[in-house]
Amino acid sequence: MQDTSKHKASNLIAGATGDWEVVIGMEVHAQVASASKLFSGSSTAFGAEPNSHVSLVDAAMPGMLPVINAECIAQAIRTGLGLKAEINLNSVFDRKNYFYPDLPQGYQISQYKQPIVGEGEIEIDVDGEAKRVGIERLHLEQDAGKSIHDQSPDYSFVDLNRSGVALMEIVSRPDLRSSKEAQAYVTKLRTILRYLGTCDGDMEKGNLRADVNVSVRKPGDKLGTRCEIKNVNSIRFIGQAIEVEARRQIDIIEDGGKIDQETRLFDPAKGETRSMRSKEEAHDYRYFPDPDLLPLELEQGFVDDLAQHLPELPDEKRARFVKDYGLSAYDATVLVAERDNADYFESVAKGRDGKLAANWVINELFGRLNKEGKNIEHSPVSAKQLGGLVDLIANGTISGKIAKDLFEILWTEGGDPAEIVEARGMKQVTDTGAIEKAVDEIIAANPDKVEQAKAKPSMIGWFVGQVMKATGGKANPAAVNDILKAKLGL
Amino acid sequence: MSDLTRLTLAEARDGLKTKTFTATELTKAHIEAIEAGNPALNAYVLATPDHALAQAKASDARLAKGDARPLEGLPLGNKDLFCTNGIRTTACSRILDDFKPTYESTVGGNLWNAGAVMLGKLNNDEFAMGSSNETSAFGPVVSPWRRQGKADKLVPGGSSGGSSAAVAAGLCLAATATDTGGSIRQPAALTGTVGIKPTYGRCSRWGIVAFASSLDQAGPIAKTVRDAAIMLSSMAGHDPKDSTSVDAPVPDYEAALGQGIKGLRVGVPKEYRVEGMSKEIDDLWTKGIEWLKAAGATIHEISLPHTKYALPAYYIVAPAEASSNLARYDGVRYGLRVPGKDVIDTYENTRAAGFGKEVRRRILIGTYVLSAGYYDAYYLKAQKIRTLIKRDFDDAWSKVDVVLTPTTPSPAFAFGEKSGDPIAMYLEDIFTVTVNMAGLPGLSVPAGLSSEGTPLGLQLIGKPFDEATLFRTAQAIEDAAGRFTIGERWWAGEAKASAPAAKAAPKGAAKKKPGGK
Repeated sequence: MQDTSKHKASNLIAGATGDWEVVIGMEVHAQVASASKLFSGSSTAFGAEPNSHVSLVDAAMPGMLPVINAECIAQAIRTGLGLKAEINLNSVFDRKNYFYPDLPQGYQISQYKQPIVGEGEIEIDVDGEAKRVGIERLHLEQDAGKSIHDQSPDYSFVDLNRSGVALMEIVSRPDLRSSKEAQAYVTKLRTILRYLGTCDGDMEKGNLRADVNVSVRKPGDKLGTRCEIKNVNSIRFIGQAIEVEARRQIDIIEDGGKIDQETRLFDPAKGETRSMRSKEEAHDYRYFPDPDLLPLELEQGFVDDLAQHLPELPDEKRARFVKDYGLSAYDATVLVAERDNADYFESVAKGRDGKLAANWVINELFGRLNKEGKNIEHSPVSAKQLGGLVDLIANGTISGKIAKDLFEILWTEGGDPAEIVEARGMKQVTDTGAIEKAVDEIIAANPDKVEQAKAKPSMIGWFVGQVMKATGGKANPAAVNDILKAKLGL
Repeated sequence: MSDLTRLTLAEARDGLKTKTFTATELTKAHIEAIEAGNPALNAYVLATPDHALAQAKASDARLAKGDARPLEGLPLGNKDLFCTNGIRTTACSRILDDFKPTYESTVGGNLWNAGAVMLGKLNNDEFAMGSSNETSAFGPVVSPWRRQGKADKLVPGGSSGGSSAAVAAGLCLAATATDTGGSIRQPAALTGTVGIKPTYGRCSRWGIVAFASSLDQAGPIAKTVRDAAIMLSSMAGHDPKDSTSVDAPVPDYEAALGQGIKGLRVGVPKEYRVEGMSKEIDDLWTKGIEWLKAAGATIHEISLPHTKYALPAYYIVAPAEASSNLARYDGVRYGLRVPGKDVIDTYENTRAAGFGKEVRRRILIGTYVLSAGYYDAYYLKAQKIRTLIKRDFDDAWSKVDVVLTPTTPSPAFAFGEKSGDPIAMYLEDIFTVTVNMAGLPGLSVPAGLSSEGTPLGLQLIGKPFDEATLFRTAQAIEDAAGRFTIGERWWAGEAKASAPAAKAAPKGAAKKKPGGK
């Protein structure tokens, strides 16, 4: 485990005055997977007509009151448990006050001083090295609506479909030291959330987005002034934003300037970050406990029950795959990155040779899926079919080479692997009589080669090729070898 | 037929049951009283006679079938803070303009489901911020009470001044009201009516325009203790749409009235003998003590040591919550919008034009006390005081069952007498705010007249969810003190000349938006 207090040479960024270290903390906003909003019964479905999922509460009509959605609470607790975090049995919803047209209440209901989840951690893996990243807290809050500025020359429009949707804000410690680590962190967090089923992690839809806090310092110095890059919405952009922001800060400091604490936006098209607002312009949010909601008090039994029904998480699954299926750490890591992939692998591997199964799932299936831009849910080859294919290899019915042909048939035409092999005569020939017959014919027809082989035993390869040709590639290569050796007296 | 508008709610209920008159006749009598009296009193900001008559007709059909609900056919007034489905609701603020909710408040719904008839929307201080009804965008309500031999206009109290005036003047049988710091009890005291602010959580706040969420409670203003008990039985109850409403059974409060108060332990807090309290208020309090003693109660001096901090703490907590609750009135989705060059300008124009002076003052105070650097010194400290006030009462409940105090430090005052001095106005709440800060039930019952001939009230404070004890104790006071009604209905005479109130929109109602939409 890497000690975060020490810098790692490979992470350092070269500057004119020496090497620099970048320090990164992340605030990830993850939309809670729930049918309805945090404090109202409106649907959270994506892509509906503007303002079609808006209740009286979401639109902040006079006299409307929020009522907590218990499922959102359960999802936040599950997430906390998945982050090995402390669950706070007492938490408080506060109002964060500011004016904006897409914030109907004039305040966001959030959790300020007493969040539902306290300290936890995530283990990330960068270049084969494991590192623990501290989680400071997780709190629940409402999403705002959306302002639309491109529909009219004179007006902006507001869509309140997202208004009131539950978000989890997951705040890390400033433990990350490179863009790679930051990317690994978000990737791992996303994997955990998807395993838990508490957020779909869809960054394109904005269901997972990150605010990235970046500062730079000379190794060993105290923390520098940070800038917050808001709403970065892809893992690739997170990496780019950190790289350019770190460079910007290093250049300013090396030119004798100093960093202003401010909020910035990343522009992927121009590859730069731009100032949004400075600390002086920062809002005074006037947080105070929302008097419409009682403090949230949870019973330990409720939390325990959720803990008992928690699914197996990626780290545990990876360890189990290594132990139970004899996989390499690398293969196991690849397989557990997505829960659906891991489940697929496990259906194929159960009761079979784990390594062989992993080989087929990772190399053949994932390779083909990637090539065609499909994910596992839309795989034309089911786990049962691929398992059948692996069985046919394992019991010697088909060779590895034939198996690739069989895979192609399964991919394009479908069907039962055993039946296809039977019907299309793809079985490898293990009948020694048939192989012997072919061998005898070839020896008889090529006495010169027989003589050559006696002088140079590696000539056996030529005979193998001939036998395979004669049997249409279906002869069992091991049997062919044995018979040839005996007949040629090698 | 005798004047139906002089009946109590209970008497009217009996009359309907015995078919002495119909719900339609009863409703018509009140509609006529509104038409005749409202121009002078300005108690209603919107009369809804057609709506009322339709409800009355339906009630008559039920009465005829013997299928009457608890409030069948009884005409009520509804404070304009309660959202009414399809009927304009403004909280008596310009900022809501001609807002028509698409929903009915839970408490309102409870009343209409119990068969009650709505006569219209009652005036109140803007967003319930005030103690004299002078801050309403529709203009002040005039109390039906006058000082003996004088005709200067008195305030009916506030913020539920429309409710108290309408009940006292016979413009409805009873009315809904809300109380954040005394807005039910103080107007009840100034108009000779009975008002109860129930325990926090007893009535749902859903669909009531919010002032200060942790303090607001709905309750009735009525002509008698019995009427108030009948009203609250129908208004109260758990509402899953309000997380702060409490899931506890609602007793039949009317049934509690006959139980008497023999052996009841009554606390008299020494801290309520405030400096500058008039002798007649002090005498009234003493009289109340004697009446309760005579009815079999025992009297105990108690101490509520943090009482003096209640009012300043209240004027931190309430504006803080209000500043946030009123942020939704931004001109974006409903109500008034005064366009500006950009969105900030539009906010500023809209809120400057839409909010009155007192509301703006409280938003500013509230914003200030929640600001970074001041939060701990003001808001947090006020919340600590609140805890101490609650603890004072918790200690008291080990010694007594109910607490008796005056409701207000002085009788009704004239227009303008206190409106220029916010502190003098805020002092109106000095005896009532502690109850809201502690979340307890409090009731004001008429107990006598001042030397000027205007009503005075006594306040009863009870344990959480022990409204029943307040009602039976109040009944003992009412039995001893008698009822205080106004003999000559001066306001009805003035009105004959003017147009029917029901048709004339209350002044300000039709006011054009300054900038249009």
